[in-house]
Amino acid sequence: MTKKEKRSLIRIGVALCAFIAVLAADKAVELHTVIGGKLGFLLPLFLYLAVYIYIGYDVLFKAARNIVHGQIFDENFLMCVATLGAFSLAIYGGITGGEIEGFDEACAVLLFYQVGEFFQSYAAGKSRKSIASLMDIRPDSACVLRGGKEITVDPSEVKVGETVIVNAGEKIPLDGVITSGSTTLDAKALTGESLPREVGENDEVISGCVNVSSRIEIRVKKEFYDSTVSKILELVENAAEQKSKSENFITKFSKYYTPAVVGIALLLAVIPSVITRDFSTWIYRALSFLVVSCPCALVISVPMSFFCGLGAASKKGVLIKGSAYLEKFDKANIFVFDKTGTLTKGNFAVTEISPANNESEILRLAAIAEKGSGHPIAKSILSRYGKEPESGYALTNKAGFGTVAEKDGEVILAGNEKLMRDYGVEFTAVSGAGTHVYVAKNGRLIGSLTVCDEIKPETKEVISALNAAGCKTCMLTGDNELAAASVAKDIGVSDYRASLLPQNKVEEVEKLLGAKNAGDALCFVGDGINDAPVLMRSDVGIAMGGVGSDAAIEASDVVLMKDDLRGIPLAKRIAKKTMGIVRQNVIFSIVVKIAILILSAVGIANMWLAVFGDVGVAVIAILNAMRSGK
Amino acid sequence: MTVKKVYRLQDLDCANCAAKMERAIAKIDGVKAVSVAFMTQRLSIEAEESEMDSIMEKAVKICKKVEPDCKIIL
Repeated sequence: MTKKEKRSLIRIGVALCAFIAVLAADKAVELHTVIGGKLGFLLPLFLYLAVYIYIGYDVLFKAARNIVHGQIFDENFLMCVATLGAFSLAIYGGITGGEIEGFDEACAVLLFYQVGEFFQSYAAGKSRKSIASLMDIRPDSACVLRGGKEITVDPSEVKVGETVIVNAGEKIPLDGVITSGSTTLDAKALTGESLPREVGENDEVISGCVNVSSRIEIRVKKEFYDSTVSKILELVENAAEQKSKSENFITKFSKYYTPAVVGIALLLAVIPSVITRDFSTWIYRALSFLVVSCPCALVISVPMSFFCGLGAASKKGVLIKGSAYLEKFDKANIFVFDKTGTLTKGNFAVTEISPANNESEILRLAAIAEKGSGHPIAKSILSRYGKEPESGYALTNKAGFGTVAEKDGEVILAGNEKLMRDYGVEFTAVSGAGTHVYVAKNGRLIGSLTVCDEIKPETKEVISALNAAGCKTCMLTGDNELAAASVAKDIGVSDYRASLLPQNKVEEVEKLLGAKNAGDALCFVGDGINDAPVLMRSDVGIAMGGVGSDAAIEASDVVLMKDDLRGIPLAKRIAKKTMGIVRQNVIFSIVVKIAILILSAVGIANMWLAVFGDVGVAVIAILNAMRSGK
Repeated sequence: MTVKKVYRLQDLDCANCAAKMERAIAKIDGVKAVSVAFMTQRLSIEAEESEMDSIMEKAVKICKKVEPDCKIIL
């Protein structure tokens, strides 16, 4: 609690005690009878007014100041009109010898109004703080090596290529590469990943991670403003600016709500009074209207719900770029996935060698042919072989076919069906998922290898969760039809598109966007590499493993900091909960306010209830809003 | 050239005032987009670079009018 908050809390406490004391005394001895006579109302007036001024002097001051500025629909002003009006009615009652009622109400209205204000600013501060804990990733300083000396400077003063030293327990200030030392990094604040990561020399590290175990030296690769930590902070801070439809609705509603209520109050004070000649009753009802006229509960609770929801998501390593996307994501029911790197790990591995009894010979020959190739498939074969392939072969790479290795009249072929046909090798086609590499020696087929991209362990779980939630799931891949069908069946996506070139992906997403219904929202999930146009084109673009990939952070609407698909159902849950809370708050506040307005107009509700309609509703809505952060 | 600038708002205590401010600033000539975020207490404004200064002058006046306690930190 800040000093300011403490002071206003004490003030509210003192005022509340004083109010209760006066109220109790009033109820016990009927204060207006103490002096007796016509001026009996002066004693309660004086006591209540004292409490009123103590608790409300700032409201009175603001009201006066704002009315000078022409802000007639200012809440301070409206509250003052309502309460001072109630006082006046009571004084009028006292002078005319009528009922002396309303001092306590007027005083209570302002008192509870202050309680509400206090609560609002406290709650807003509190939810801001929970986001601020995320801001903890911002490094305060960097220890840079200059001229052999360690100098501590602001991270923004460090230039690319300089060396910074990070001791155990410190945050890594800038993105870079470790030049000396090895350590364990904790990226929990950044990605929500609780498992620390081991890093050594030549490993890339990103700013915002905490160096847990030992001192390392880092060669800086990006200036502070380009570094991961700055990008993330910027994203989180900007999130509140992308306002959702619900927020815009509420601000629009409030724009008309206050003038409308004030207008009705004015009519209520004049027309029935003239007809019935019962001024006090109708003016009192009109004043109750003014108490309910502030739309604050609504205006604060909706952005706060979103803010807490965004905060909850970022704590789990899911950055959502704004409440507008949270809103859209709740509606998302078509999920389009890029295959490689998103549903699969993107690293290929040899999964099958046939015939199995000749495994070592097939691998040996394949390794010879694939040696020196940078292709992922070649790499996977070499890593499976695990030894240094025999050298001395003349290697010819036939793009789109495979490779040919020749030495002393010995010809080794490793490649696809086309290569085999080209060389007239007899073979039987292997079916099934993955890429098949045939190996032949001197025109005779030796065997074949099947290379597959590994499916991520969480993929099936996530896809089936999305399917169960009634979403459509679609996989986009460059693989051929057969391979794609097999993978699609394996992971359980409801649809797939095969043999796509990178540029076809945009077309496919366009087609899907064109085919969807008005209420549907399409999410594209990619790893951010080569799919920026698709990410931008889709309703909600989700980039995986956002840490360290600027393109992904920029092009997408939702960034999964951790390379883990489970962030999607998680974010969906948060979005659903947040939107539920937003709807509850909007409906609850509007219904209660309108009900109280109607009850006040017909004289069933009094000012006490009106205060509840204002402050009570605000408190309940805010408490509800804060739930979305849990 | 259109630029986007972000300013902090000090002591923005009232969510409704933030909405009022946003509406009023949006009406200033030359403002392409504006957002006043109550939760993050930030004002972000998009306008031609050459007009930015005069727009901000007006924005400060609006802020003073709507919520005198709140200050735009320039």
